[in-house]
Amino acid sequence: MRKFTTLVSRAVPLPVENIDTDQIVPARFLKATTREGFGENLFRDWRYHPDGTPKADFVLNNPLYKGEILVTGKNFGCGSSREHAAWALADYGFRAVVSSFFADIFKNNALNNGILPVVVTDEFLKKIFAAIEADPQTLIEINLAQQTITLLAHSLQESFDINPYKKTCLLNGYDDIDYLLSLKTEIETYEQLHGK
Amino acid sequence: MEPKTLFDKIWDSHVVKSQPGYPDVLYIDRHFIHEVTSPQAFAGLRRRGLPVFRPHRTVATADHNVPTKDQHLPIKDALSRMQVETLTKNCADFGIELYGLGHPYQGIVHVIGPELGITQPGMTIVCGDSHTSTHGAFGTIAFGIGTSEVEQVLATQCILQYKPKRMKIEVNGSLGKGVTAKDIILYIISKISAGGATGYFVEYAGSAIRSLSMEGRMTICNMSIEMGARGGLIAPDQTTFDYLQGRLFAPKEEAWEKALAYWKTLYSDPDAPFDRILTFDASDIEPMITYGTNPGMGIKITDRIPTAEELSNPAEILSFRKALQYMGLCEGQPIQGQKVDYVFIGSCTNSRIEDLRLVASIVKGKKKAPHVEVWVIPGSQQVSKQAQAEGLDRIFTEAGFEWRGAGCSACLGMNEDKIPAGKYCISTSNRNFEGRQGPGARTFLASPLSAAAAALKGYITDVREML
Repeated sequence: MRKFTTLVSRAVPLPVENIDTDQIVPARFLKATTREGFGENLFRDWRYHPDGTPKADFVLNNPLYKGEILVTGKNFGCGSSREHAAWALADYGFRAVVSSFFADIFKNNALNNGILPVVVTDEFLKKIFAAIEADPQTLIEINLAQQTITLLAHSLQESFDINPYKKTCLLNGYDDIDYLLSLKTEIETYEQLHGK
Repeated sequence: MEPKTLFDKIWDSHVVKSQPGYPDVLYIDRHFIHEVTSPQAFAGLRRRGLPVFRPHRTVATADHNVPTKDQHLPIKDALSRMQVETLTKNCADFGIELYGLGHPYQGIVHVIGPELGITQPGMTIVCGDSHTSTHGAFGTIAFGIGTSEVEQVLATQCILQYKPKRMKIEVNGSLGKGVTAKDIILYIISKISAGGATGYFVEYAGSAIRSLSMEGRMTICNMSIEMGARGGLIAPDQTTFDYLQGRLFAPKEEAWEKALAYWKTLYSDPDAPFDRILTFDASDIEPMITYGTNPGMGIKITDRIPTAEELSNPAEILSFRKALQYMGLCEGQPIQGQKVDYVFIGSCTNSRIEDLRLVASIVKGKKKAPHVEVWVIPGSQQVSKQAQAEGLDRIFTEAGFEWRGAGCSACLGMNEDKIPAGKYCISTSNRNFEGRQGPGARTFLASPLSAAAAALKGYITDVREML
């Protein structure tokens, strides 16, 4: 997995609540058997007309907004467990998603793909949206080691929670599977003790 | 001994390793896989040169991306065919049992696990599908996972999980005429919102839940994810044991007695600690329907759509207006009388034999409204066979409904079955997200009874007037 340490980037604002994984990548684009290429269908039906031409009013089609950070309304990633949603965000170039809360399965999927879900308070989320609206060039710094998110020009900062294990994985680029494979003897012992 | 919840009893007995700062390593008893969320996991195993650690604990079927018409012919869409063939190859290469297209046990993964007796009380069950929560109806810890986690389970039969908080939802009292399990869960979600149980694992309890059949309980647990819960479960009881006894993979004879003795210990102790408890009165629940684009946007079928001023949280106004615009509906509009173009009866929420019997009970000897297209999609080959043995298929076809083969069908807008843009579909499935049933499709979630009533009338109507 790609390491995540510190990210300084502009951000793309998407102030909609309850964005489900069907919006992030619709099911009809889940037919691939590899992990690559989902970025072109990220937010497909919000981003493109049925004939494939871009919808001018969607934020990803607005040249004013760019960056590796997506800022969204609460309950981002609800619905389907499809990891394709995380693959699509990563493939498009997002490295962090900021919201006031995330759906559980999406959060795991994001973390397993080197995307950092940053949970901020409702108030801080409002401040980020306001700052980007006032100046689309607004730079945000996310420091994983310090667990802080900062609106650089405004010197506004908030701390965020992340569990220590996942933090270590992201900082070092470790996959969960490596840790699980290292426990093989313990798993076999458990099976014997519990008649599995 | 400290009192424990049912959830804690099952969780604690499956912890392989627990250490501070780390997620628990949880042993998984049953792993279901399907064609859409597994290929990249197998590719990962190949890349790492790993075998499947315990192949007999994984069962595969093809459901999401299969056609429901002409299932005996090769799949027309090349990408879909490739995905299903990839599953077949992966199962053969790694020694996994596959109930693929054409197999008598094929069907929606959350329908076949229970009906074959693979799903049993006290188990931990995962699948790369969020509606894995369905299996919780049997008193299991069952939840959906991503593909990286599918790979972990294939490689180690374990998963890393932080223990969620525990919520109890009690529904007490008797259900009114025409009110089903689907109405209970749509009611609960409308009360606590699409994110209201995020971070929790829910136990459903109370006399109204106890009174439900296993199929009704599966409908309830199935939609736990629609309020954000990691999963939902119901303590097993005589209803559960009666359902399981004699099923293909259920324990037999001595093993049955031994299993039964264990299953009878699976309940929350009195005074077991829950982080949150919600209580509802069954007599407040009426047939429900959604009007918006998340499952929390539900109302009684006799109600009107709220106005922006009536929303409890002003922050939701933007999303509310966006949803109504997508749905082509107005604030304050009554939902009854709203025309529908399609009726979809199917999905892991409501495609079991009891659901089909409910539909048939309303439809028998009647015809659908001329302008409506009605699809009935049995959840599995076994359900299909049973329905045919009972003559339900004839009731449906004589009413002008289409009776098809088993699969996820129009629940998710992935396979051939899609609702056209702008069209209204009353659906027994679980999600009304924008484009869920096809780009631009507009979904009303409701019970099989309400869907059947709309199929006959051609518009949304209170089924109780037809009972």
